Amino acid sequence: MNDLIDRALDTADRLGAQYADIRIVERRSEGLTVKNGALEAATSNVSAGFGIRVLVNGAWGFSSSAHLEPGEADRIAAEAVEIARASVTAQKEPVELDDTAPVTATFRTPYADDPFAVSLDDKLKILMEADAAMGRVPGIAIREGNVVAGREIKTFASSTGARIDQEIVEAGGGIEATAVNDSEVQQRSYPNSFGGQVVTGGFEAVRALDLVEHAQETAELAVALLDAPQCPSGEMDLIIDSTQVALQIHESCGHPTELDRVFGTEASFAGTSFLTTDKLGSLRYGSELVNIDADATAPGGLGTFGFDDEGVPAQNVPLIENGILVGYLTSRETAPRIGRQSMGSSRAWTWSQIPLIRMTNINLRPGNAGSLEDLIADTRDGIYMSVNKSWSIDDRRLNFQFGDQAGWIIKNGKRTQLVKNPTYTGITPRFWGSCDAICGLDEWTLWGLPNCGKGEPMQIGHVGHGAAPARFRNVQVGVGRW
Amino acid sequence: MVAGDRVDEILDLALAASTADATEALYTAEDSALTRFANNQIHQNVREHDAALQVRVIDQQRIGVAGTNRLDDAGIREVVERATAIAQRSEPNPRAAVMPEPDGRGHDPDLGFVAATADASADRRAEGARAVIAAGEDKGLQTSGSFSTGVGTVAVANSHGVRARHRATRAKLLTVMMDGYGAGAASGYAHAGATDLAEIDAEAIGRDAATKGDTMRGAGPLDPGEYEVILEEHAVAGLLEYLAYIGFSGLAHEEGRSFMDLGQRLMSEKVSIWDDGADPTGIPSTIDFEGLARQRVDLIDDGIAHAVVHDAATGSRAGTGSTGHALPAPSLYGPMPFNVFMAPGDTARTDLITGVKRGVWVTRFHYVNVVHPKKAILTGMTKDGTFLIEDGQITRPLMNFRFTQSIPEAFSDVRALGASTMLLPGEFLGTYRVPAAHLGSFNFTGVTSGEGGE
Ligand SMILES: [Zn+2]
Repeated sequence: MNDLIDRALDTADRLGAQYADIRIVERRSEGLTVKNGALEAATSNVSAGFGIRVLVNGAWGFSSSAHLEPGEADRIAAEAVEIARASVTAQKEPVELDDTAPVTATFRTPYADDPFAVSLDDKLKILMEADAAMGRVPGIAIREGNVVAGREIKTFASSTGARIDQEIVEAGGGIEATAVNDSEVQQRSYPNSFGGQVVTGGFEAVRALDLVEHAQETAELAVALLDAPQCPSGEMDLIIDSTQVALQIHESCGHPTELDRVFGTEASFAGTSFLTTDKLGSLRYGSELVNIDADATAPGGLGTFGFDDEGVPAQNVPLIENGILVGYLTSRETAPRIGRQSMGSSRAWTWSQIPLIRMTNINLRPGNAGSLEDLIADTRDGIYMSVNKSWSIDDRRLNFQFGDQAGWIIKNGKRTQLVKNPTYTGITPRFWGSCDAICGLDEWTLWGLPNCGKGEPMQIGHVGHGAAPARFRNVQVGVGRW
Repeated sequence: MVAGDRVDEILDLALAASTADATEALYTAEDSALTRFANNQIHQNVREHDAALQVRVIDQQRIGVAGTNRLDDAGIREVVERATAIAQRSEPNPRAAVMPEPDGRGHDPDLGFVAATADASADRRAEGARAVIAAGEDKGLQTSGSFSTGVGTVAVANSHGVRARHRATRAKLLTVMMDGYGAGAASGYAHAGATDLAEIDAEAIGRDAATKGDTMRGAGPLDPGEYEVILEEHAVAGLLEYLAYIGFSGLAHEEGRSFMDLGQRLMSEKVSIWDDGADPTGIPSTIDFEGLARQRVDLIDDGIAHAVVHDAATGSRAGTGSTGHALPAPSLYGPMPFNVFMAPGDTARTDLITGVKRGVWVTRFHYVNVVHPKKAILTGMTKDGTFLIEDGQITRPLMNFRFTQSIPEAFSDVRALGASTMLLPGEFLGTYRVPAAHLGSFNFTGVTSGEGGE
């Protein structure tokens, strides 16, 4: 491997690169899905390769290959330089990197139970028992459960002398029940939709979800939703559960604080941001209660690592402090433009892709509203929505609409009627400005979000969001004609 | 690129290494490059060479799937061993343990392959980027976009005798041009895809987007509500991509999750939608990931829900057999159409607007998502060119709307369809050749009017 690294960096240097780095990555993943009492899918995948990124006359070039051989490193380094020279032909401002010091270091995700060492039988037993428990509830059309495991072993080396070896281990799982009639499809997922909960860590995290324990109530709610009335329309006080708060943070705070979006470099795909740099330190993003941090060091977070893919150490930095915009997610290229150093959020999904600014764990600090039940008891008229099923937000991250799996009308501090297809819509700063209660640490969960998309070619991102249930006043709910 | 005979060798080695009842070897390769620009300059410029082998084994109705991108002989043996080990520890699943037999249908292995596109250089993409940027600068707009070229190969062999291969090239150029990034800033868009790079006219794309961006300056709000709409081809394709994702799959239909109530009227009789991977006016993919030739499937025929697409497993359960629309095993999402066409109408595209008394012109949609799959209710934003139409003419640019709308309901009132079609790569999946449409009603449920929405 050292030979490959040396050849890549030497070749880039010889051909005129002012800076070069190489990432050698092997990613393994395993997945098991049980559906309607049968093992529907058992998969194992390995992908390995390397990518070389070069800066020539202030312009980027990148190429990548799966052939882990020194000769190929020469070829790919030369190709990256040639691509960078093409970039130079349409350049306005040369790229300048911050002065992050190169380090030699290693990082490994701490875990107790290696998720790849847990037997297929043990994993299957959990999923089959959960499936059987969901199957005992009459009226369920589709029962599904899954567990996943991931291991990424990567080496980063740069022409300035950085050398970092990391091993990131992930584990996750969840269950989902679907009930269907002529006009409705209703789903309930536990502990979250889109595959459940995923963490960096070992299989102990999956066992702690108690999927079997929660299977029956999950299935019962899916069936109950079929016959529930449609969510009412109008302005109401809204309480959302921690899974939905997590996604709300993701879309309306995580993405718009990505400094590359702010600078317009994602404009052609995902869009830009309303959080322009002239607002740093002054914009009222939310109410006084709203404090949001980017914490790449949070234990177990899906956005937790030792170093980003530019060799910058993982950090915990505030984005929103007492409701005011105070920070951004940055990279070595973008941070100097606001007079800062990279806070270490530049990551690539595969060896064949370049690092982009990706969320780490974007966490809403817990508040003092007690438990979810306390918060409901404190609400006279309102609606409580739980577990996301739909999301959409405009290109500047202002106008959003979310749909959840289940809603309950709150009357005089009590959770009453169940309603189906609940949705809410709003404008980001107005919505966070209406936040008047956030539940406490006991209700706070660090959720993993394994399906963030960004960039062209599109890259997946694994990120985390710490969140507790929260209340927002006078929100428009029940959007559209039903 | 891996030479063709090595691809055959890889498939043969995988089949020979397996002792299971049935074995499938799926080879996929990607050799692609993308030049990305923003703020009037190239800021990302990448290339990728990868190839992978996925092996599916079925042994006593137990299934194992494993993949690798290590394609030397040892890597091939290792992936077969891994798939076999999974199957041996698995539980039997007769419902899913289906691997197709050869069905005698042929396919063109090179339909849509253009050598000059496969070999396109970084300089060629940079030249296109410069042309688009120049058009944007001419109108004082911040130009962003991407220009990609590449070749994809799929080859499949299974122990029942299925053996097929297809490769195709694609080139795609899109641009978004903005008058800064503030509230209500003007923006324009253009986008084209083709198998042959030579068909991509970068200057024309730049001109289209720049003209649109320029006319969007000074956009003002309009109250949300139900309006007649002209949907440009980009907007129609954006909706169709989501219909394909949630409803045209045999699995979604089998499980009662789809809006496709077969035999029932779903949309206006002006609407016909089909999938055809062998139509050279699309970006062809002539075989699926189980190695069967993709058949033409008429999905919506004169407004009637006619058929859904199948892979071997859903096709055997439905009794129709596979239509050649499998995704790679284990395919939890079921089969999917990738080459979607919508029939044009008989109104010249430029005349579509003349029938609109008061309505909204939509260039495209942004961040569409599913609110309710069975009613096919989608939400999303308008973007990059939204205008008020009065008495058959565009009268002023509009700030962007959010819509929340059942799509079959919207396409039940089709006033006219454009006589021409455009080929557009989907944002996530597949390619779409569609006309522009004039619809009687579309429900805009919100508007983004200013900074912070005030
Ligand atoms: Zn995201």
